[in-house]
Amino acid sequence: MSNMIASLYNIRLLDELAEKRTIIHNIHPLIKVLTTCVYLIVVVSFNKYELSGLLPLVFYPVIIIALADIPIVPLLKRMLVVAPFIIGIGLFNPLFDHSPMVVLPWIQISGGWISFFSILLKGVLTILAALVLIATTGMTRIAAALGMMRVPRVFILQLLLTYRYISVLIEEVGRTVRAYSLRSRGEKGIRFSDWGSLTGQLLIRTLERAQRVYHSMCCRGFAGDYNVGSEKRIQIGDILYFTGWGLYFVVIRYFNIPAAIGSLITGV
Amino acid sequence: MHMADALISPVVGGAMWAATAGVAAYSVKKVQNDLDEQKIPLMGVMGAFVFAAQMINFTIPGTGSSGHLGGGMLLAILLGPYAGFLAMASILVIQALFFADGGLLALGCNVFNLGFYTCFIAYPLIYKWIMRKGYSTGRIFTGTMLSAIVGLQLGAFSVVLETLLSGKSELPFGTFVMLMQPIHLAIGVVEGLVTAAVVGFVWKARPEIIEKAASGEALGRVSIKKVLAGLAIVAVITGGVFSWFASAYPDGLEWSMFNTSGKEELEAPGGIHQTLAAVQEKIAFLPDYGFKVQEQETNANAAETEEAWPAVDAGTSVSGLVGGVMTLLLAGMTGYCIYMIKKRNKAGAV
Amino acid sequence: MSHHIIQANNLKYTYPDGRQALNGVTFQIQHGESVGIVGANGAGKSTLLMHLVGILFPDEGEISVGEVPVIKKTLPVIRQSVGMVFQDPDDQLFMTTVYDDVAFGPRNYKLPEGEVEKRVKSSLETVGILHLMDRPPYKLSGGEKRAAAIATVLAMKPDILVMDEPSSALDPKSRRRLITLLKRFTHTKIIASHDLDMVLELCERTIILNNGQIITDGTTLDILANEELMEKCGLEMPLGLQGCPVCGAKKAT
Ligand SMILES: Nc1ncnc2c1ncn2[C@@H]1O[C@H](COP(=O)(O)OP(=O)(O)OP(=O)(O)O)[C@@H](O)[C@H]1O
Ligand SMILES: [Mg+2]
Repeated sequence: MSNMIASLYNIRLLDELAEKRTIIHNIHPLIKVLTTCVYLIVVVSFNKYELSGLLPLVFYPVIIIALADIPIVPLLKRMLVVAPFIIGIGLFNPLFDHSPMVVLPWIQISGGWISFFSILLKGVLTILAALVLIATTGMTRIAAALGMMRVPRVFILQLLLTYRYISVLIEEVGRTVRAYSLRSRGEKGIRFSDWGSLTGQLLIRTLERAQRVYHSMCCRGFAGDYNVGSEKRIQIGDILYFTGWGLYFVVIRYFNIPAAIGSLITGV
Repeated sequence: MHMADALISPVVGGAMWAATAGVAAYSVKKVQNDLDEQKIPLMGVMGAFVFAAQMINFTIPGTGSSGHLGGGMLLAILLGPYAGFLAMASILVIQALFFADGGLLALGCNVFNLGFYTCFIAYPLIYKWIMRKGYSTGRIFTGTMLSAIVGLQLGAFSVVLETLLSGKSELPFGTFVMLMQPIHLAIGVVEGLVTAAVVGFVWKARPEIIEKAASGEALGRVSIKKVLAGLAIVAVITGGVFSWFASAYPDGLEWSMFNTSGKEELEAPGGIHQTLAAVQEKIAFLPDYGFKVQEQETNANAAETEEAWPAVDAGTSVSGLVGGVMTLLLAGMTGYCIYMIKKRNKAGAV
Repeated sequence: MSHHIIQANNLKYTYPDGRQALNGVTFQIQHGESVGIVGANGAGKSTLLMHLVGILFPDEGEISVGEVPVIKKTLPVIRQSVGMVFQDPDDQLFMTTVYDDVAFGPRNYKLPEGEVEKRVKSSLETVGILHLMDRPPYKLSGGEKRAAAIATVLAMKPDILVMDEPSSALDPKSRRRLITLLKRFTHTKIIASHDLDMVLELCERTIILNNGQIITDGTTLDILANEELMEKCGLEMPLGLQGCPVCGAKKAT
């Protein structure tokens, strides 16, 4: 139950954030999608022992989050939910890789730990990038961007329908599960004997709903195709946004700025 | 078992994106050719249903713990392979965007791992094969169980391969397989049981739903030959990768390619890795970029290797640390400044 | 457009599971008429409405709208002139924002985006929810959802409005707002409902269905005030026509 409420809350929060009107929100969705792609590719293209070179990429989410008025706490929470798998796999690195890599006057750090932290940092950056994209763009405009990228319209319509009915169906499934648990004295889940009937009933109801949705689509002239609404044109500002970030990412990819700053300061 | 962006390399991510996009494009074409536009809302609403149903806790008898539905097999059974694959893709797109569950780069991997094997291997080769003589409670149970388990096993193995080929993780091949496959056997059994229970129930209540989904489906006509040919290709590739493992590392388990030095790596027989490394190099702008420029003399041929050993040097380490901390501080301050400026502007505007 | 006569002739329909839902239904509805369709649960109201927009086709008999027969081939034309508001607005609002939902119909008819926008805005204005344009449907109240559902249909510029239980699940205020709104429409209206007071207010004519057959067809006041007839069809007189429970006096009508 609680996970359903949490998911609904999460989707609705991101939807709400996407309704804001900040500089970042006003940037063309296609541009934001492309910028995100470049960013992600740059982040994961760093080799596994790279840590300091990655750090300047932190600026991208930080600046967007600040400019777009995105609250940080929900993002961090989301990250905590997703992190275990990344940490779980990453933690094997220090187990298997003991070769010394970073030698500080007071401590020696093995390559395994460096690559572990590199994975962790990449995890944080990529998760933030995805969340920030949706929080500043919203599903509807992402769909418009996909349309401009020549993604088949059938798929876009289907994606939007799925997205739309998640809210409806989580509520419906939630109601059913709640009604079930009210009558099953403190058990947390669905008993084995009821797996099929409970889920099956829900499924049949869902199929009937799909039928009704189809009818109402037909009544408004649906014939298998879908016209994605037009999005505003790409403007100079959008292009500047993309080239600006693009250049920054490429520079960061080629030059290890933190190392340069560090050697300036320490004089190495 | 969603793959995460942090664990994949651009090459693996890109390759899997391409594979997934290809399968998806083909599926879209198939769905459109069916001229059954009724399927489109059905796919959408069913996708949402699976998304919601994934959150139901199913108490596993005798264990006190609970399991969940993944829904890949259910989608394939109800929608057929093409529409099922697309519905799964939609679910994963939404999970990646809104829940950061599996990243956007890893989306190709995830759609493939969770959608392809169930819809295009387990469904046609196992489920449909078992149902070829008609439906019965027993066959539905066996078919659903087997195909769910096989689908998940293949998906899990795919995760292992993708992770290892990406080279971000040090997990040896053997260990990773021994970790993933048994876990996913358990997950697969639960998945199979739930799916079998649901499909069995619906078949009893409304047999036409289960039977129509399969018969009106173009897949009924899909030539087994084509599928077998596809499988053969997969088998050859897998076999190639395996034999290359075997020859490179006779013990067969320790696949430590990614933490050995560049030189040994290049000596490893078999062209796959070299090709991969070459592609990787094109995508990674400067793959050998280490911690310090001065190391480049010692690694003269570093450009050809993908993971040169970075310097083990106290000086560079310290400066890296100092610079890193400075960068983070600066980033934090920038964010804070923007925030404060915006706040003041807002206050001024009111 | 004075010739949008709806003509149904001996409609019969049996669901695939063998349940006969319509059993010889015949009627004619003139342009601009407002007709209430009432009857107990399972009487066949929804089934009948689905025949009007060609979601279902009769096994026997025929139906035509403005002299165009409702058959597969004529559906694009029929659906432009007959707009249907479904019982559950969640089935009708299937896009992610109210705007896109209302735009769905016009876009399917390949109207230029400027014209689409004009239609969307004017429909939303008509139902009084222009300000909710960018909202996702799940953030609307029941009444707002109903209004949005009606707007999606209005954007198609239909001549005939068909509604299945438009007032169900509305609170008294939203229901009142809906009635006021519908009163303003000059379209031909066909409203299936259990809300007999609303039928009494909106429709001058009423058709009572029972077991897939028309029991009576006539002036709303005559029919709904006929206690015996209502009883026979498993219905109850609308409160507006019942005696006052406190003083026993019949309400003047
Ligand atoms: N999809 C269906 N398959 C089989 N039978 C159906 C189906 N839909 C409706 N029926 C049956 O057809 C009959 C008429 O149903 P219909 O929905 O038209 O009634 P209704 O007057 O709209 O009822 P309500 O007031 O409950 O909405 C009922 O007996 C119902 O059980
Ligand atoms: Mg009804």
